Amino acid sequence: MKELSLNILDIAQNSVKAGADKIDVLLEENEETLVISIADNGCGMSEEFLKNVQDPFCTTRTTRKVGMGIPLFKLAAEQTEGNLTITSKTKEKFSDESGTTITALFYKNHIDFTVLGDIVSTIVTLIQGQPDIHWHFNHKINKDEVGVDTDELKSVLGDVPLDNFEVICWIKEYLEEQYNEIGYN
Amino acid sequence: MKSLAELAAIREKMQNKVVIRDGSSEIRVVVGMATCGIAAGARPVLNAFVEGVNEAGLADKVAVTQTGCIGVCQFEPIVEVFEAGKEKVTYAHMDAEKVKRVIQEHLKNGKPVAEYAITNV
Ligand SMILES: Nc1ncnc2c1ncn2[C@@H]1O[C@H](COP(=O)(O)OP(=O)(O)O)[C@@H](O)[C@H]1O
Ligand SMILES: [Mg+2]
Repeated sequence: MKELSLNILDIAQNSVKAGADKIDVLLEENEETLVISIADNGCGMSEEFLKNVQDPFCTTRTTRKVGMGIPLFKLAAEQTEGNLTITSKTKEKFSDESGTTITALFYKNHIDFTVLGDIVSTIVTLIQGQPDIHWHFNHKINKDEVGVDTDELKSVLGDVPLDNFEVICWIKEYLEEQYNEIGYN
Repeated sequence: MKSLAELAAIREKMQNKVVIRDGSSEIRVVVGMATCGIAAGARPVLNAFVEGVNEAGLADKVAVTQTGCIGVCQFEPIVEVFEAGKEKVTYAHMDAEKVKRVIQEHLKNGKPVAEYAITNV
């Protein structure tokens, strides 16, 4: 992937597929590191499954295609000397408490660090595609922060869906303005 | 500064408009957004459709949606266009420029862009 924001879009689609109705996309960065975490309340993965999912070449799956999303994200982190961790609770064992959190640590000054890229576009794309999910996005940059919470927007919007074009444009400008305000590029 | 008051204004405006959107748009545009699609450039393609469809005044007629893997990675970004009573049209190797033409010629004027379309997938 050319930008980490594309990995984020891809990883968040896993959460959508897992049936989550709340998904948090949290970024935290300083001069040296960037931590990306995507947390959902979807169906979760068993420990057994978790082991296989991180390594495309060590899979027990035979009947289905090997996924590349998580391995690619993991590689992007590891090539900066960072790492990726997954914690997950299955629906079977944890019922209402189920869910998955994927956290990746990146060293920004490493020569193999991939730029974050157009994160606003990723967030807007996620909301447009799944307007019924409760999205919570927060990006902390040193002491500043940028974010949006779709439940807050919904309380103002009432019946108007989040994928209404004017609403989508508003969200895009809302985030861009916050980034401009703190001089982030 | 953007404010929630602007969202409230959008809501107001929508309420005064007779809404005929009942999930039955005449045309459905589906963009493949699995790993291979995203890596190949599906995000700007999706956004070009969302913007272009609205700019062309087709919002009530065309729904732009996302899906997982369409299954032919080497043709990504792939876009499928479904229209009641017509055969599905599949576009391969899409980009934002090509989207403009598809909106104008296919979605607006009803003539698929044969040049970008692939058959038998
Ligand atoms: N957040 C999640 N919740 C539940 N299952 C997940 C989640 N993320 C990944 N998985 C499981 O791991 C598999 C591999 O994911 P991934 O590497 O992204 O490849 P793909 O999505 O193409 O299958 C998924 O198919 C899914 O079964
Ligand atoms: Mg995936």
